[in-house]
Amino acid sequence: MDALASLPARFGRFGGRFVPETLVPALDELAAAYEEARRDRRFQRELARLLADYVGRPTPLWEARRLRRALASFAPRGLRIFLKREDLNHTGAHKINNALGQALLAKRLGKRRVIAETGAGQHGVATATAAALLGLRCDVFMGEADMRRQELNVFRMELLGARVVPVRTGTKTLKDATNEAIREWVRSVRTTHYVIGSAVGPHPYPALVRDLQSVIGREVREQVRAAAGRLPDALVACVGGGSNAIGLFHPFLGEPGVRLFGVEAAGEGVATGRHAASLTAGRFGVLHGAASYVLQDEDGQVRPAHSISAGLDYPGVGPEHAHLRETGRAEYLAVTDEEALSGFRLLAETEGIVPALESAHAVAALPRILPRLGEGALVVVCISGRGDKDVPAVADRLRGGAGAG
Amino acid sequence: MSRLEALFRELSARDGRALIAYLAVGDPDLETSLRLAEVVVDAGADALELGVPYSDPLADGPTIQAAGQRALAAGFRLDDLFRAVAHLRARLSVPLLAMTYVNPVLQRGAGRFAAELARAGGDGLLVPDLPPEEAGELRAASREAGLDFIPFLAPTSTDERMRLAAEVGSGFVYCVSVTGVTGARRRLPAEVTSFLARVRARVPLPVAVGFGVSTPASAARLRPCADAIVVGSALVAEIGRGGGEAAVARRMRRRVRQLKAALAPGRALARPGVGVVDSVEAAEVDSRKPSDSDR
Repeated sequence: MDALASLPARFGRFGGRFVPETLVPALDELAAAYEEARRDRRFQRELARLLADYVGRPTPLWEARRLRRALASFAPRGLRIFLKREDLNHTGAHKINNALGQALLAKRLGKRRVIAETGAGQHGVATATAAALLGLRCDVFMGEADMRRQELNVFRMELLGARVVPVRTGTKTLKDATNEAIREWVRSVRTTHYVIGSAVGPHPYPALVRDLQSVIGREVREQVRAAAGRLPDALVACVGGGSNAIGLFHPFLGEPGVRLFGVEAAGEGVATGRHAASLTAGRFGVLHGAASYVLQDEDGQVRPAHSISAGLDYPGVGPEHAHLRETGRAEYLAVTDEEALSGFRLLAETEGIVPALESAHAVAALPRILPRLGEGALVVVCISGRGDKDVPAVADRLRGGAGAG
Repeated sequence: MSRLEALFRELSARDGRALIAYLAVGDPDLETSLRLAEVVVDAGADALELGVPYSDPLADGPTIQAAGQRALAAGFRLDDLFRAVAHLRARLSVPLLAMTYVNPVLQRGAGRFAAELARAGGDGLLVPDLPPEEAGELRAASREAGLDFIPFLAPTSTDERMRLAAEVGSGFVYCVSVTGVTGARRRLPAEVTSFLARVRARVPLPVAVGFGVSTPASAARLRPCADAIVVGSALVAEIGRGGGEAAVARRMRRRVRQLKAALAPGRALARPGVGVVDSVEAAEVDSRKPSDSDR
């Protein structure tokens, strides 16, 4: 039997393809092209070469001993914490793994232009980078509110030759940037490939993005074996759409001894209603072409999400996470803006690593996750991106929070 | 026989074409939207498509997005759709269709949504983000409730997908004239004629064309190759222009009459591009090319 099974269109009752008819043929074409590419040694070699020589993979696995010491009161004896350093990728986040793979696919499909949505700007920067490298035109849709929050990334994208299109509808954040990117794709589908940035959207995107991000988990598996001669006991990653988490988790899904923890953004607190915790507080519904958990009211109107982190500020979540939650294979918790800020500072102070605010959520969840683990447990936390882009906003917030003092 | 079937049978007997008018329920508020619906039927619309305002309308351009936002801001709730249908059914005999994105249907439950729509006096429903392969449950519920489930086809649809639409659909098939979202356009793409011919040859349902149809010239050009045209953004834009309900009603009425006149028998030879495009209309039609994006 072929080792590569067909891509799943659904994960349990989640996923599927809820899009205007205009796009269905393009999604069929993309699914077919990707099935072929997965089996094509030349394509895989080209992708592997780019990931190694251009992106700088494999990214290091770093044992965070000082972080471990700072969390000693929460940690069982002998527990070890490792950080998967996706922040050390070219362009500063895991997003490039997916953007490069999809840009290569776009070329294979004969498309000369790519479009993307972006929240924090990391996926936009990654797509603009891949487009510059491969000679594709690139338009990035970004909410106006996010453009203010992530000014530096807007400039980076423009520097890379991409056009950043401000989105002024709805929430003016990631949700509406995605709507606008899909609308643009409906218009230009014959000449344009839509590089979706997370493991969300209509089939085949959730499986395609997951496969491209699974390089994270495959490396972790080898690196942990080299460091400790065994499998890890727990994996921790932040979840907005959930692509770094699913990429980390996926190679371990068949290992029941490896516990999987996804960390959502609780914003100002799940009880306040101002949060982005779709798995914790959402309901079954359709957003951006897939069935999953969605923040919505009883009529099915999608509710605006809230998070200090633009990359997690999203009222939906990838359908495979919805399935992993429903089956109990993965566990999900939510940490607040305040907790994330503490995680941000903690990692900077203990390890000299300034994480993205998104990744800071994963760090901030450790005080709640570690006590659930056994003695000598080995934990891997994905640092999905670096925090340079967030430093101005965090500085404002910390100074503001300190008041006149 | 369903109201839609009766409408198309009656029209084909006299070489007529249907004008289907789209309005968003609750735009600018529920009561006004109901009065405007009566206005467009009184002016000659043969069927109404009642749009359900939605937070994330993926298939809609800026005009209908704005209509949905106005309605939601005015407090639209899903139950208002069923109230609106019941209210209009008591006054109008034309087919009443609900156009909704799939998520509100899922939250109400497909079976309950179809039953409530049918009980209110609705005749069918259209769901632009529900392609035939995902439509199983709602289509079964629609059939059970006696509603027509109207499928969409696009210029990118393959022959195989046209057969699929024919299999799941009833009432008519909604053909999207452009690869793009809703919104008035000055001109239709050249390929629309060949696309409609492909549909005709493969789908044994009446053919309606929508998205981008706004001018009498477009209507006249479509007359030979379609059974119906759907006009939405061009009407909805009148609400956006404001000026008081009486003025909006007057402009809508005029627009519907012009489009109906362009669809009347004997107008089949009207040359494309020769429709009456007065200065008011030119200003209303989206000036962007179809390939441009909304921003």
